[in-house]
Amino acid sequence: MAFKENSTAPTLEMSAEGDVPCLRLAGDWVINRLTDCEAVLADAKVPGEGRVRLDLSGLSGLDTSGAWVLHRFRGAQEFNGRRVQFDGLDDKRAILFEELEKHHPAVLKSEKHSYSLADMMEAWGRNAIEAMRDGLAMLHILGSLGAVLAAILVQPKRLRSVSAAVQFERTCIGAVPIVMLMSFLIGVIISQQGGFYLRQFGADLYVVDLAGVLVLREIGVILTAIMVAGRSGSAITAEIGAMRMREEVDALHVIGMQVTEVLILPRVLALMLAVPVLTFLSDIASLFGAGLVAWAYLDINPQPFMTRLQETVTVQTFVVGLIKAPFMALIVGLIASVEGLKVGGSAESLGKRTTMAVVKAIFLVIVVDGIFAVFFAAIGV
Amino acid sequence: MSAEPSQSVRPSAQLASGTPKLQGSAQIEKDSILSVRDVTVGFGNKLILDGLDLDVVRGEILGFVGGSGTGKSVLMRTILGLNKKRRGSIEVFGRNMDTATEGEMTMVRRRWGVLFQQGALFSSLTVKQNIQVPMREHLHLSQRLMDELAILKLDLVGLNPDAADKFPSELSGGMIKRASLARALALDPDLVFLDEPTSGLDPIGAAAFDGLIGQLSKTLGLTVYMVTHDLDSLASVCNRIAVLGDKKVLAIGTLDEMMKNDHPWIESYFRGERALRRV
Repeated sequence: MAFKENSTAPTLEMSAEGDVPCLRLAGDWVINRLTDCEAVLADAKVPGEGRVRLDLSGLSGLDTSGAWVLHRFRGAQEFNGRRVQFDGLDDKRAILFEELEKHHPAVLKSEKHSYSLADMMEAWGRNAIEAMRDGLAMLHILGSLGAVLAAILVQPKRLRSVSAAVQFERTCIGAVPIVMLMSFLIGVIISQQGGFYLRQFGADLYVVDLAGVLVLREIGVILTAIMVAGRSGSAITAEIGAMRMREEVDALHVIGMQVTEVLILPRVLALMLAVPVLTFLSDIASLFGAGLVAWAYLDINPQPFMTRLQETVTVQTFVVGLIKAPFMALIVGLIASVEGLKVGGSAESLGKRTTMAVVKAIFLVIVVDGIFAVFFAAIGV
Repeated sequence: MSAEPSQSVRPSAQLASGTPKLQGSAQIEKDSILSVRDVTVGFGNKLILDGLDLDVVRGEILGFVGGSGTGKSVLMRTILGLNKKRRGSIEVFGRNMDTATEGEMTMVRRRWGVLFQQGALFSSLTVKQNIQVPMREHLHLSQRLMDELAILKLDLVGLNPDAADKFPSELSGGMIKRASLARALALDPDLVFLDEPTSGLDPIGAAAFDGLIGQLSKTLGLTVYMVTHDLDSLASVCNRIAVLGDKKVLAIGTLDEMMKNDHPWIESYFRGERALRRV
């Protein structure tokens, strides 16, 4: 039998009948004793040349693994010019050996991987081409989104509004608590750190300028975009990736539905609505946190804080921050969708693609913010 | 092979008619490798299985049939400990699964193999590595021996050695089934659970699969618990057939006994137009 719980150790006893050496085997030749079986056979020194008998009648257990080790031993001996004969097999065990004979496994050559400078450069090249393909794929999806949007303008019914609403609920309303809490804390930190240094010049009140401009122009939108990339971007990649693994995306194609229209547009649209809303809430939470610290730590009362805020911050400052939000959302949504569609068949690739989506999205969010900063500086805003 | 059944090798055509040894419930209880007593499983306020009893005898191939949604897979998963039961006891290899220690459970898990319906191969490992997973976990074998055994098992289930270094996502449905069976057989188990092993295979492949299972059962004394709808499998390799319905085992016995049973569902299953065309 196979996996015996109380198996006996395999043994081998040498004897000779006439001039034919005989190996008498006993014990359990089963998989949990297989290392012993191998060792016993490796230690066996078969005397003489020519015929050898293996008496297997004393075996208390034999399974395919044990039989394989014996079969391999026979093969090795016969390769050395001996004739090996198995004795004492009952019908069932004889069939087992016959089956093994039929299914002799070929020697498996696994591919060896060598590492060299050329391979490394090849990998770089591949990565560069990959990056270019990513860019093209994003442009492809962007163009296809544009086409779908145009079609929706003609036929508004084609917009999957329920799907978009569900996505909006997940990406926006679900994210409100964490985005606001995080922004509040960042506002507190900016105000406290800024106040600490400004107080040394007696310029306490300028903490309002610092916090107001920094939060409204940059921090609010960047923090929100990063949080959304981590939260919703990964979710989009995982969803679309899992659908690809289960051939749902292929099913959509075959039915004649467009992946961009059904899967990507509702998500990107929801993100483009959600990120501005979240940015606005993030701005408010940060300013609230900054005001609270200014009051408690720098003795700037709420009334003068508000007055100063109204003097330094214009609507333009706020709009400069907010106008970036839909672009950030578009980038997060596009990258998440592209990565999701790249998922292959394995669970591993799903994990890899999700990681790549978040990393790329956060990186590009910061790059785009830099481009906006240059642009606004150039037009003097 | 002390624990093996004493039945001699029979051609597979006779297998279906059962053996005299399997008759008499006292004998069945004594030889049972898996016994299920009064098992009740439910989800929410819906009972799937209610007071179900079942015995699987050492060395037999038990085919399990039943309409869709009658709980065939639920029963198998409950036996494997993947679903919770509300009542009853399950004994595998004479061990009660509720009271067994972790060490005893490990012993039981080494001695059974499972083929899931979708194969359940680990997608990040190659086929060869998949087959070696149980060996690595439970045994200390040399890499060479593990490679040889993995290729041997692959060959036994009818897969080309080329498939060894492929990932599951590169395999066809039938190949996944075979690779998964090879993994289930990796430790030369005493008891294998097969969930619809021949569904999705072409008739020739399915027949080869049946032949393989019959052969393994004969040579190694393998006990097989097979959920299947394949009438050909039921007719060609199964010693006994159990029918699940009304939250219980409706009937259990040889194919001949099933053909005589006049429960409406059993009658239409075994003597329906589709069945008569084939049997």
